[in-house]
Amino acid sequence: MKNKLKFICNKDEIGTFVHPGLSLMDFLRNNLALTGTKEGCREGDCGACTVLIGELQGKQVQYHSVNSCLFPVGDVNGKHVVTVEGLNDGGLSVVQKAFVDEGASQCGFCTPGFIVSLTGYFISNKVYSAIDAAYSMDGNICRCTGHSSIIRAAKRSTEILASNITNHSDHILSLIKGGLIPSYFSEIPSRLKIIKQQQIDESEKNISSYFISGGTDLFVQKWEDILNNDIKLLSSNGLSSSIKEENGKCIIGANATVTDLINSPIISKIFPSLGEQLKLFGSLPIRNMATIGGNIINASPIADMTNIFLALNSTLRLKRENKFREIPLRDFYKGYKSIDLLDGELIDEISFRIPKEGSYFNFEKVSQRTFLDIASANSSIYIELDNSIITNCSLSAGGVAPIPLYLKQTSEFLSGKELNYSSISEAATITLTEISPISDARGSAEYKSILLRQLIYAHFIKLFPDKINIKEIA
Amino acid sequence: MKNYDTIRHVKGESQFVDDILVPEGLLYAAVSCSEVAHGEIINIDISEALKVEGVKIILTAKDIPGENQIGGIIPDEELFASDKVDFIGQPIAVVIAETQLIAQEAARKIKIDINKLPVITDPREAYKAGNLIVPPRTFNLGDVENTWELCDHIVEGKVESGGQEHLYLETQGAFAYPVEGGGIKIVSSTQSPTAVQRVTARILNLPMHKVEVDVLRLGGAFGGKEDQATAWAAMAGMASYKLFKPVKLILPRQQDMIMTGKRHPYSSDFKIGLTNDGKILAFETTFYQNAGAAADLSPAVLERTLFHCTNSYYIPNVKATAISCKTNLPPNTAFRGFGGPQGMFVIESAIFKAAEQMGIDPAEIQKKNLLDEGDEFPYGQKTEKCHAKRAWNRAEDKYAVNKIKGRIKEFNLKNDIYKKGVAFMPICFGISFTNTSMNQASALVHVYTDGSISVSTAAVEMGQGVNEKIRQVVANSFSVNIDRVKTETANTSRIANTSPTAASSSADLNGKATEHACRNILARLKNEAAEILNASSASHIHIKDEFIYQDNIKTDLTWNELIKISHLKRVNLSSHAFYATPGIHFDKEKEKGKPFAYHVYGTAIIEATVDCLRGIYEIDSVKVIHDFGKSFSPLVDLGQAEGAIMQGLGWMTIEEVIYDENGKLLTDALSTYKVPDIHFTPDVQVEFLEDSENPFGIFKSKAIGEPPLMYGIGGYFAIMNAIKEFRPDVEFNISAPITPEKVLLNLYSKVDEKIPI
Repeated sequence: MKNKLKFICNKDEIGTFVHPGLSLMDFLRNNLALTGTKEGCREGDCGACTVLIGELQGKQVQYHSVNSCLFPVGDVNGKHVVTVEGLNDGGLSVVQKAFVDEGASQCGFCTPGFIVSLTGYFISNKVYSAIDAAYSMDGNICRCTGHSSIIRAAKRSTEILASNITNHSDHILSLIKGGLIPSYFSEIPSRLKIIKQQQIDESEKNISSYFISGGTDLFVQKWEDILNNDIKLLSSNGLSSSIKEENGKCIIGANATVTDLINSPIISKIFPSLGEQLKLFGSLPIRNMATIGGNIINASPIADMTNIFLALNSTLRLKRENKFREIPLRDFYKGYKSIDLLDGELIDEISFRIPKEGSYFNFEKVSQRTFLDIASANSSIYIELDNSIITNCSLSAGGVAPIPLYLKQTSEFLSGKELNYSSISEAATITLTEISPISDARGSAEYKSILLRQLIYAHFIKLFPDKINIKEIA
Repeated sequence: MKNYDTIRHVKGESQFVDDILVPEGLLYAAVSCSEVAHGEIINIDISEALKVEGVKIILTAKDIPGENQIGGIIPDEELFASDKVDFIGQPIAVVIAETQLIAQEAARKIKIDINKLPVITDPREAYKAGNLIVPPRTFNLGDVENTWELCDHIVEGKVESGGQEHLYLETQGAFAYPVEGGGIKIVSSTQSPTAVQRVTARILNLPMHKVEVDVLRLGGAFGGKEDQATAWAAMAGMASYKLFKPVKLILPRQQDMIMTGKRHPYSSDFKIGLTNDGKILAFETTFYQNAGAAADLSPAVLERTLFHCTNSYYIPNVKATAISCKTNLPPNTAFRGFGGPQGMFVIESAIFKAAEQMGIDPAEIQKKNLLDEGDEFPYGQKTEKCHAKRAWNRAEDKYAVNKIKGRIKEFNLKNDIYKKGVAFMPICFGISFTNTSMNQASALVHVYTDGSISVSTAAVEMGQGVNEKIRQVVANSFSVNIDRVKTETANTSRIANTSPTAASSSADLNGKATEHACRNILARLKNEAAEILNASSASHIHIKDEFIYQDNIKTDLTWNELIKISHLKRVNLSSHAFYATPGIHFDKEKEKGKPFAYHVYGTAIIEATVDCLRGIYEIDSVKVIHDFGKSFSPLVDLGQAEGAIMQGLGWMTIEEVIYDENGKLLTDALSTYKVPDIHFTPDVQVEFLEDSENPFGIFKSKAIGEPPLMYGIGGYFAIMNAIKEFRPDVEFNISAPITPEKVLLNLYSKVDEKIPI
């Protein structure tokens, strides 16, 4: 299959006819000879292929970073793609110069990805901090510098831009004047508008071997197979990414990304600390791509989002053509990578009842490396408390069973118990009968068991520091 | 100063092998390898693979026109396995096809029947079975046997250290194309252009002059492209030679991780004896090196482990034995530090355990035993210009160690879940290839008639900034603007018979050769200038900032004019020069000599915080006093120190190479093998030790690539010290890396019977 695509790459308008599932990285390197975008791992774990995607929203173009190795070229239709070459404007940009001055580039292979990520931070934010600037590069790995000089380059860039930017009324224009991006950026909105209008609607074929939403796992596992099959990109085919509040429920479109979730005022109202905790999910470019529906349907036993939604007793709305059905998330998983989904059926929405006043929620994750790593084990808890009695408790656990696990017996045991050490200790013992961890690269079965117990303790110690402390359990 | 490599990097203009614009008709290669760690090859069936449309040729051992042998130190490794496989990932065939996808698809269709044999992955098991790469070696100093009785404390133990994946961001690769006269040119991502040339010539039965190897730059290497870049270049070269077509071979990440060797895991025993006041009297150790299935560089790595088995300490009685054990893993290879870190980790562990038994701070023992001027190493060399104590004392002073300790004590009293620990890590690292004959280099400098200069050496730029340093050598030698100087690719036709860019010594060796070449040209230019200016001799002439001075008075004669006139007067404006490190030697029979031109010293203070509820940790800070000699490229040198420290910390903490009992790599992707990221980065402070001019280094500097990596070892002990704050009662095994799993199991498994195992 091939699709007609039209988009802007850096300064140039690109019209092409390619398989929409070709990775943007391959298209950039092989079709456009833009070799500044590097292949380091082809699984979104190194960031050497990072590019910016700009989408027209109203009169402005919103930019975010993505790993182009996991990004289907079909999804750039009507958008602006910015590679490192697109940041070159004769001399060096503020970010590029800061990297040179701080010696923040050694072998240079990862450097373009870092430059793009950091530039993306300054484009997509208006208030800057040196530390946020540095962490915008959390999806980029440098093996040479050890990142100290890169952190300094982020700080230097932040300081220079802060002093360069005087007029805040037009963000893009001030960034051009401030020496961050070339002047052609100012014309992108009007150019994209024309391209959008020109776009031809593709036929709504519903027969596809792959439905792609996010694709951050699919493109790691199946990128070669995708190229031999018909695909359907759900982002451009009407799957919702909205996050809304309705009748006491929070309803999330399956195509919402993790970043959408973090930025949602509704989510941050319900779970003020969740946004911060979700930074343990992937990296910024991964969060910009990975969708809630994708995380759930991928059925990874260690999926972070799924773990959270299990504890919240969420419901899935599934859709096939115009038929809908609902199923509790807890019943969706049948076995390892086996789910209750009919042919052609898609996750449409996920919803959960908005927690009551006086309820508590916590998410715990431990991985070999704290950030951009898959957990050895994770766990979420939702708990309602009446004085010191647990009236309702819902615990989930990841990485300890073939499926994302709702800890049914533990949860039921805790409901109605007094909040004290002995209830928790007994609960942890019950948990051990519910799980069946295996030994693999993320840890031994023994480790995962002990770790999960610790995470259950951690929930209570963190939520109720006055009532439960580590001295009792150690 | 503008580092032009960096300027290209930030613009995305730097080219790596896979970025070079490809010629029409380029073919792509994919490697098919063994999925069995040990066995006899019964049959290789390529028939299905050949049927894939677009496949041009499939090459196996029987297609090799020359010798099927890529071993460097010992000829024990085939390019393609012929009748036996010894590790998972061992190449058996290469498919050449029109596209990368086709080549990979066809490679998967090659059927290889193997009669499986027993697999050994553990070095001690290999030793028991008598599977050794080379005979064991022992370094002796004093008399260990008769010293034990003089010791007040004797501690014995076992130490494990894990492998480490290089994780250069650019995977292995090469691009080859045929040239007239039956030769080939290979653009390779290698630290050893000559090794690629020699091996490819051997494989193809060609004279070396028919194989030209060119290296522009590497996207990281860290030792992983010293010997292990050769096979892929030879395969691309062989296919190109056979088909008379350009061929590119780039390993996908997962294949790179599966097929290539890593830092050697070691399992070691130690016995250390001390007096009551912490003086180390005797140290005995045995290293079991997990070499993998072939020698590769293991014997040389083994040797460096012995050289550094006492780290930065003077120990009067030492017996150290090192055994290179042959296992069914990919041949382990060079990795920054080259066996040194593994050796140092054992002595540091011994000191830690001794301190534990004696109930004192390990830093007391460390400090008491630091090297002094004239102290003898177990290999016979004595320290000269020793800065071990000076670096330690400066670190204590500069970083206010007492305040650090007070602050940590207070923190630990206040916090139940989080505990902090601190550790010192002094280092002493010898500079020179321990194989004396490798300490040679040459350079070719051309001054063009417009006054611009080009310099060729065998120094391969891989992020360590050697291009920039070589440019500085040229610019300083001639006293011209550095923008005039361009470093050329490392190319075997311009610079022959080269040593690899390794052992931290490329700036020293190639820089010195460059300096000699510049001096040759400068002498001729001065003679010419003397003639132009009617000076009685060249001794009245010098060049400064592109002007010619006579008797220290600036003349009107400029660099450009002098070059122009010199050319018309038929003065040779080019020079090829050679350098061999003087005064080094080593007698392998006696295991004594002076193998190193000099040593690098320093001390780090590392702090860590452990979350004793979850078993996770953070390295808070690394504060270093490092001996850079007299650095002439401080930004480059600082970057090397910071990067090396982080690699050392990674090796000690979160980087875990896991093979299962069948020899299968479980951590074969960036999703399962985790290196330090930007969040991991602690506060790193590095002070350059003052007054350390080094007459044996280029411009009195010291080599920088490897030594700071070993500061990372302190990270291990900082974490252990923090754990001990939470569990003072528990005795820990020493096993690096100290992953979150090991931390948690140290914290809880032994004190809680409720967890079923």
